Amino acid sequence: MSQTTPRTLDTASVLWEESVPGGAHWSGVLRRGLTLRVTDSRGGANVSMLFYNWENTLERYNMADTLKGQHTAFLTAGNVCYTDMGRVICSVTGDTCGWHDTICGVSDAATVKARYGVASYQERRNDYHRNGYDSLVNELGKYGLGRRDLVATLNVFSKVTVNDDGGMQFHPGNSGAGDSVDLRFEMDALVVLSTCQHPLDPDETYRPRDIALTAWKSGVAGPDDHCRHHCPENERAFINTERLYA
Amino acid sequence: MTQNITESHYAPDAAVFRQVVPAGEPFMRRVAKGQVLRILDLEGNQAVDTLFYNADDTEERYDANNTIRGQSNIYLSAGTTLLSNEGNPMLTITADTCGRHDTLGGACSAESNTVRYALEKRHMHACRDSFLLALAEYDHGMSKRDLPSNINFFMNVPVTPDGRLTFEDGISAAGRYVEMRAEMDVLVLISNCPQLNNPCNAYNPTPVEVLVWDA
Repeated sequence: MSQTTPRTLDTASVLWEESVPGGAHWSGVLRRGLTLRVTDSRGGANVSMLFYNWENTLERYNMADTLKGQHTAFLTAGNVCYTDMGRVICSVTGDTCGWHDTICGVSDAATVKARYGVASYQERRNDYHRNGYDSLVNELGKYGLGRRDLVATLNVFSKVTVNDDGGMQFHPGNSGAGDSVDLRFEMDALVVLSTCQHPLDPDETYRPRDIALTAWKSGVAGPDDHCRHHCPENERAFINTERLYA
Repeated sequence: MTQNITESHYAPDAAVFRQVVPAGEPFMRRVAKGQVLRILDLEGNQAVDTLFYNADDTEERYDANNTIRGQSNIYLSAGTTLLSNEGNPMLTITADTCGRHDTLGGACSAESNTVRYALEKRHMHACRDSFLLALAEYDHGMSKRDLPSNINFFMNVPVTPDGRLTFEDGISAAGRYVEMRAEMDVLVLISNCPQLNNPCNAYNPTPVEVLVWDA
């Protein structure tokens, strides 16, 4: 397990900061050389994220390539997120949790209804029950994308392990108040996310958690970068990435 | 590792359709609700990358994450319901003489070959090339957007409790098969994997056979 103490941010270098309430969805463009810190404001958050090459959204985060290239079933500091074109879209340069799921997908309307019941906007206003699938489809629609573009997400702050028989186990308490992940963007990226609860979260109450997003200019991976040299596969993926921007 | 072996009662002679798919080639066919589809590992340890679509609305397609969550297990075998991105049952695996199948390992591609093995291996044939060609020939507007996480029948990709994932020697053998009943009209898209750089095909890609029976 890899944990990195978060760097204290020089507030002058912060480009922007934004809170995203639990259960909401967000999207934005993170240019190559920016780092996005995703912070679990109160503990127990889940952030389902998707990444696309901003210049060609056919190229997108690919869970299988990311996991098999790095011989891992989860992501932490030192890992990177690969696209399906053999490039690094972002590097995990900081992580205070140690484990982030990427195999479990997102909740949908049926699972939210079954677990938490129905709660409409009419009744609850902005606390109405939302789900990951509809939230991401909604956000993707703003870019002319949709269901065909919704693939396996990175579920930041969530931990799910697999036993030898293949059984899956969600681990509550993986992330506490103030925990954070730093994603350094190596490509100009469209980032789409939902803060709905993880689909395996056993909590019987609908209570998705707030997060914070902070962006600063970090620069891309240098020649001696830790993520670049994490494994030979990453070294080649960085070469592919650099060729795109040569 | 528990082995879940379930035999089929369907006789190959009674199949309404049979086709051998050589290594490195795609296969695509409509399978009607109620029909039974078998993929037969003729020579053993051949990876068969497979996707399913709702034949009448291809934006609805096989979803690996929903499927493994639905059964709380990452391995597919007899009894597994293959769920779509809309949460609907697409097919049910009714027989399996291999034991278990992968759905996290994805499809190989020219691009992933450059990362996993060597930049110079870009031009080795790969599953995504087969998938893209098949979709282009099908000519109904499907594209790379329609390639989410696939199933890898007969492939062995164990995940350990501490989170390691590796491609291991296959557990299949000549004559093993996986069989499933369609719960809706589907399109099946197969790439008979040509990968030579890891043990998914035992370093020897071989033909498989597709059989279909009426209900």
